Amino acid sequence: MTDKIQRLDPHHWVDAHADYLYSYAIARINDEEQAKDLVQETFLAALQRVDKFEGKSSERTWLTAILKYKIIDVYRKKSSGLVNADVQRAEQDQSDFFNPEDGHWTSERAPREFGIDDYDPVENKEFNSILQKCLQKLPALWLSVFTMKHMDDESTEVICSELKVTQSNFWVIIHRAKLNLRACLQKNWI
Amino acid sequence: MPSKKLDLIMGPLKKITHNCHKATFLIEKKLIGRITLREHVELRIHLFGCSVCRIYLKQTKKISEMVRQMFHSSVNADKHLDDGFKKELQDRIEDELNKN
Repeated sequence: MTDKIQRLDPHHWVDAHADYLYSYAIARINDEEQAKDLVQETFLAALQRVDKFEGKSSERTWLTAILKYKIIDVYRKKSSGLVNADVQRAEQDQSDFFNPEDGHWTSERAPREFGIDDYDPVENKEFNSILQKCLQKLPALWLSVFTMKHMDDESTEVICSELKVTQSNFWVIIHRAKLNLRACLQKNWI
Repeated sequence: MPSKKLDLIMGPLKKITHNCHKATFLIEKKLIGRITLREHVELRIHLFGCSVCRIYLKQTKKISEMVRQMFHSSVNADKHLDDGFKKELQDRIEDELNKN
């Protein structure tokens, strides 16, 4: 026990890992206050289970895994409450992407070239803020699914079981999220 | 994959050649997962004849790339907590440690 606590060294946790964990949380939930809370909760939860630390991973990896679990919890909570109204609105938004009879793009919503192809995102912060805004317009559940997939390359199975969506819903969500995101970018492109 | 389900999603071949809704669905599925050989063929046929979906394909790939890049640059952005908060946090941890 003593041995394990020495390996974990909670006396230096904040110095060693707080900024890292905070950046990790911010990137995934985009809310500074909530990110702060999560960092704090992570440390406190970690203290409760120092005796479960097996020393197989580094201290940081172990703490990050706890934080990650808490983030998924946030996703889950966000996507339950108001999700229905949210999804309905977004579905309505995109119901006119395709002609319901034959599945063709409707002429107003058909993708057209808008200069995205040779765009270098590193060059332009303004673009990232548009992308961020368009992401935030997605219903919470879609954004959670999308983030888990594109940020952490989480497997489809894990995402489905953590967020309690079926496989077929998962693909529908990915499809719709992308349709909406693309349309939003085309509309707001500078 | 049960073929019944597949048929339900895909419908007969002639449908996909005209159906952009389904083609874009397959494009997204292919980008992060797997589609069957048959779906692959159907998608190619569709894309061959549909310039709008070809634009979609090009753009959606680029968007995925940009999203990943943005996510990763924000992870590496090195956000800092303010010192006051950090001190409180470490104090809190010390309190908990002393309890035991």
